[in-house]
Amino acid sequence: MSIVKLQVNGATHEVDVDPSTPLLYVLRNDLDLHGPRFGCGMGQCSVCTVIIDGTAVRSCITPVSAVRGGITTLEGLAKNGKLHPLQQAWIDEQAAQCGYCQNGQIMTAKALLDRNPDPSDAEIRAAMDGALCRCMTYYRVQAAIRRVARGTKTAGAVK
Amino acid sequence: MSAPLQLPKAVKDAILGFNQASRRNFLKGSGALVISLGVATLPGANVFAAEPAAGPYPDPDFLQLDTWIVIHPDNTATFFVGKTDGGQGTGTAFRQMMCDELDIAYDRTSLIMGCTDITPDQGGSGGSDAIERDGIAMRRVAAEARRVLLELGGQHLGVPVEMLTVANATIALKSDASKQVSYAGLIGGKRFNVALGGRNVDAIIVKAAVKPVNELRVVGQSLKRYDIPGKVDGSLKWAVDMKLPGMVHARNVRPPLAGATLQRIDESSVAAVPGFIRVVSRGNYVAVICAREEQAIRAARQLKVEWKPPATAPFPASSGLFDYMRTATPSSVGEAQVVGDPAGALAAAARVIEAEYEVPFQGHSAIGPAHALADPSNGQMTIYSNDMKAYGLRNGVARFLDMPREKVRVVYMDGPQVYGRTAADDAGFEAAFLARELGRPVRMQWMRDEETAWDTKGPPYVFKLRGGLDAQGKVVALEYDACAADHNHLGYNEPDTVLIAQLMGRRPERPARGSAEAPSTLYAIANRRTTTRIVGMPLTWETPLRTGNLRDPNGPQVTFAFESFIDELAAAAKADPVQFRLDMLAVAGEDGVFRKARSLAVVRAAAKAYGWDTRQSPKPRTPAARGNLLSGRGIAYTYRSNTIAAVIAEVEVNRDTGRVWVKRLVCAHDCGLAINPEGLRHTVECGMLHGLSRALREEVQFDTEKVTSVDWASYPSLRHSDTPEAIDIVLVNGDPNPNRPDLAPYGAGETSHKPLIAAVANAIFDATGVRIRRPPFRSERVLAAIKAANT
Ligand code: FES
Ligand code: FES
Repeated sequence: MSIVKLQVNGATHEVDVDPSTPLLYVLRNDLDLHGPRFGCGMGQCSVCTVIIDGTAVRSCITPVSAVRGGITTLEGLAKNGKLHPLQQAWIDEQAAQCGYCQNGQIMTAKALLDRNPDPSDAEIRAAMDGALCRCMTYYRVQAAIRRVARGTKTAGAVK
Repeated sequence: MSAPLQLPKAVKDAILGFNQASRRNFLKGSGALVISLGVATLPGANVFAAEPAAGPYPDPDFLQLDTWIVIHPDNTATFFVGKTDGGQGTGTAFRQMMCDELDIAYDRTSLIMGCTDITPDQGGSGGSDAIERDGIAMRRVAAEARRVLLELGGQHLGVPVEMLTVANATIALKSDASKQVSYAGLIGGKRFNVALGGRNVDAIIVKAAVKPVNELRVVGQSLKRYDIPGKVDGSLKWAVDMKLPGMVHARNVRPPLAGATLQRIDESSVAAVPGFIRVVSRGNYVAVICAREEQAIRAARQLKVEWKPPATAPFPASSGLFDYMRTATPSSVGEAQVVGDPAGALAAAARVIEAEYEVPFQGHSAIGPAHALADPSNGQMTIYSNDMKAYGLRNGVARFLDMPREKVRVVYMDGPQVYGRTAADDAGFEAAFLARELGRPVRMQWMRDEETAWDTKGPPYVFKLRGGLDAQGKVVALEYDACAADHNHLGYNEPDTVLIAQLMGRRPERPARGSAEAPSTLYAIANRRTTTRIVGMPLTWETPLRTGNLRDPNGPQVTFAFESFIDELAAAAKADPVQFRLDMLAVAGEDGVFRKARSLAVVRAAAKAYGWDTRQSPKPRTPAARGNLLSGRGIAYTYRSNTIAAVIAEVEVNRDTGRVWVKRLVCAHDCGLAINPEGLRHTVECGMLHGLSRALREEVQFDTEKVTSVDWASYPSLRHSDTPEAIDIVLVNGDPNPNRPDLAPYGAGETSHKPLIAAVANAIFDATGVRIRRPPFRSERVLAAIKAANT
């Protein structure tokens, strides 16, 4: 075990864990953050996604000691009690079924829109392709992303 | 009237905000007033952090109104129902139905589901009949509460009930609205003490009548689901998030080969893993327990276990599955159903068409592997689980651990999708068993490979169909033969068939028979023969090829074969596939729920919404269609119970790569009364896409020793890039009297899922002229079929 310092959602935490521990378990079990969830533990599904310095990162295969930079989890998206536009779009679009995967959907979408606020439909599909959903909410998730995207490339393209 | 009240978050996230101990006292009737039930005083803190008391935890009495509804002192209400919500928004729909009958605004209510000690046993979920069957009990009790409140209101205001009107949980004089009393003013925080009648929970009898459909106001509105905000901001606590003081983490160690026998465990191989607590083994069941989660994962991987391989292969390899099924001795044979003279009609037919179809094993493969947390403190057992049959889990664990039922309770919490009998059952039993062994709370979590390989599967099928056409192209005879590898189909939460029981060597005398099903169709065909049989794999127990209910357990397979074959007959008759179906429906007989009229309406509505042009399949190739993309459309129709659906798929097939993209889906759907139309649309949509995943991607693969589908690479699922660019859903009400006041709501969780594989197969045929008789329609298979057809 050793002390690892983490910046999560703007706060600094110190945890005493084996440095090889996947970030996912530290967030969930030590910091009590439940947005990121366990889906595969192999980097295949995105359910565990967090954002580190603007990049969507799969916390299940990221050793806690390898983290450089501030971590944002689903819980950190809302600011001053106001939901992030993506979260609001998810509610407006009623994008979830069971909702278990939606952390991966929202966080992957956020990383996409942060680097490309005006994605085409093809770009949305490509960027989201690794975010699996077994309830198959893809159609509404894409619609929710389009609500937030600037929409110059997608307007009218898709029903 | 009190000002509109914002329910505290604790109530919206109902389950964790609710003080279960007060609730139990309330049900026991100790104290007329139970202040702690009031919304305003609901504890926001996690009440589960405290150790559960020793119990007992008796069943809430479903014949007491207080079991179902509580009116709080602030004129809000909480409903208690014995169901669960797998993400289709049924919880929201239950509230809507109960609000309407009680005459209370939706946002002044909350709902608690599936907690065995505080909600009545309605069996949890399954069969998509929550709204259809259990909803009626909910409506009746809410109507009864309103009736009782009106009576109390009449006494309070000193007038007969006929002079009263009620709105928004407030009763007033019809003649003078200033003379009023709120529900809370009559009974807030107090017991109704009203007994209900009826033999069982589905047949509750009350004095009040439920409202006719045309008086429903909340039902029919597309209210937003109450559970989604907490799911998108990370605040909702799920079963997977539950933690307790002193809790430890468990991981299973499965036999590496199906049917292997445990020889020896070398505990020293994990003794040095930090946090290691114990290895527990019983028979062939092995689990490791550590203080922290990552430690348990490491120890489970590192544990040295010696296994003896089975003497004979547990199953054929997936590549030889269908040959095996065709030749295996059946474990049971269904009685042949014969109508008319199929043999004679076939002999006399102008044309006879014959085809065989195959469907592989397909899995639940929940996005979140199975999990549960069990707390054995004070001689009781509490299990926190997302199992959709919370009550069954309670009963099963009590029997498995030989504990009195009253000492076991299950707290249902949200979880990853459960479209039937998933490993959530198994994980609950494992957690409880280990918690008792260790005498402390144990959290069980399956890993991805375990979930994909060992979760229950939908049974594979081989079909043989023969059909006869007369000279006019009319179907005069049809023979349908189905064989399913469904021997030992597992039920829910049975203490002798859950995986841990099997591995421990505890099993029933005889395995369940399983079933192979006949198609659900209303087509009028004068001469028919239907035969079915079941075969088993060589290894019956302790096998990862366990079958269990997977979303409409046999429907997608059967409908794929049957509706593909109807399309083959239509093509042979050179008929338009929609018209061909309508013609056979038009001469069918009608039944009590108007399935014929509704089927005709649904097929027509789908064709209209799609813009179907009448012609035969395959689509004639125009000289312009020389590119590598071929397009086509296909229809499939079916019903499930009383719900009717027709799906039209439009595909684009790349003839150079074999890739199939379903570009557009249209579904016409009739499930009677729609409680929440938007929620219904989303469920219909996702049911279709789940079917699309089974059509295009999903197949469980195995060699002769083990399942080799162990992750999302070896068990591919539908992805964002596969999503259609347009989905249109038409909610049809094809009842001949669509405004009848007793129009019933029917289930919607599975019907749109059922015809999907067939619709896609028919569309591929329309586009390419190639009939593919075995899903999934992955690129390699489609390309090979196109090549074979062109040589
Ligand atoms: S849980 Fe991390 S990618 Fe699946
Ligand atoms: S919403 Fe259930 S897995 Fe995506």
